[in-house]
Amino acid sequence: MVDAAPAFTPVTLLTGFLGSGKTTLLRRLLGDPALYDTAVIINEFGEVALDHLLVERLDGETVLLGSGCLCCTVRGDLAATMRDLHSRRERGTVLMFRRLVIESTGLADPLPVLSTLRADPVLRHHFRAAGVVTTVDAVNGLMQLDRYVESMRQAAIADVIALTKTDIADDDAIMPLEARLGTLNPQAPVLRVADGPLPVNALLAAGRSPFRAIGEPDGTVSHSKARAFSIIVEEPIDWSSFGVWLTMLLNRHGAKILRVKGLLALRGEARPVAVHAVQNLVHAPTHLETWPDGERRSKLVFIVEDLDPELIRRSFAAFARLGVAGTSALVSADPI
Amino acid sequence: MCALCGCLDGDEHWTDAVARKGVFTRNDDPARRRQERARRVQVANRVLKLYGLRLSDWQGASFLLATFTGKSEIVGDLGHLWAAAERLAGRSCDPLDPELLARLDADG
Repeated sequence: MVDAAPAFTPVTLLTGFLGSGKTTLLRRLLGDPALYDTAVIINEFGEVALDHLLVERLDGETVLLGSGCLCCTVRGDLAATMRDLHSRRERGTVLMFRRLVIESTGLADPLPVLSTLRADPVLRHHFRAAGVVTTVDAVNGLMQLDRYVESMRQAAIADVIALTKTDIADDDAIMPLEARLGTLNPQAPVLRVADGPLPVNALLAAGRSPFRAIGEPDGTVSHSKARAFSIIVEEPIDWSSFGVWLTMLLNRHGAKILRVKGLLALRGEARPVAVHAVQNLVHAPTHLETWPDGERRSKLVFIVEDLDPELIRRSFAAFARLGVAGTSALVSADPI
Repeated sequence: MCALCGCLDGDEHWTDAVARKGVFTRNDDPARRRQERARRVQVANRVLKLYGLRLSDWQGASFLLATFTGKSEIVGDLGHLWAAAERLAGRSCDPLDPELLARLDADG
């Protein structure tokens, strides 16, 4: 039987701050038999050598921006490299890879990589984002999270956090860091990866981890300027009102909304609908078969930076009421 | 086409996802799609009127956003609505603006 490429090749983004052990983790991952059919795109050849069949390097750092529209941002170099890989796979001139890992630079904003997957008219028919794995250094992680906004953002958007260098850090340093990461990004499992067998399956399942609500019903926790909090709604939500609200919120505050992940109980829909956004980039909503905890209610977890959770809750509630109010509001009104 | 960037075959907006396995969308049936578009216009107008704007469906394919004085723009989907609204209104449209929230509460 001839090997065929998957309909959509899963793409895992590996990110993490400078020196946090991305390439070391990648080298260990690629040594696992489960990843023999994985292609890799890296930004630069670093000091840690990668002995793998299919490693492509990005030649430039060009970011092609549309005229102000973030959702159409395409990293030209990444798109060209991925198109080339796909083309060569179709022609049979490279390994039949079934997974792609992209390693970003330590200071990179992961958003353009994710938006490239979705906005490029060729790539979006052949690749899909499988999840974001962020490496955090157990020795310097706390300091980096506090001092560097890039580090905090990388941890906030992670689907899985890989804690590195735990073999040379004290538990006294690791445990506060794990607690901090748990409050910054309560949705992401934090895995110690420095010693022992690598949890390959858990890392590759990034993006498919079960939804976990936090601190019900009022779970605001602070992490310097970033905050994670949840909105829990018992009544079914109107999809139209939710769409109007979230698009308006992301248009004005998208850069400060690091992450939105939620399950919605929509009016007129029996099954839960999952929504997932990283800054301005919102993935297509998906249907789940069942309610994970058996309770039919909406739960949204936000990770925001410099925004007041109470104001977001109030705004959500005001817009939700638009979906249940009568039509009297369509009469003319003086602009605010 | 993306109305902002002019990119052909532009991005699929999450509120208008193409019907496919596992994806939630109301584009899976013509009647549901029309109903959703009408509902979206109705809800959006409750907010837009407070900025002196009005939205209407444009041939079932796009939306027409207009000021009360007639200046208008075509927008493809909700993803581009608010940037266009800010251009036409000449001000930011902020869903966290306490004044807006007070007006919405009063309307509700």
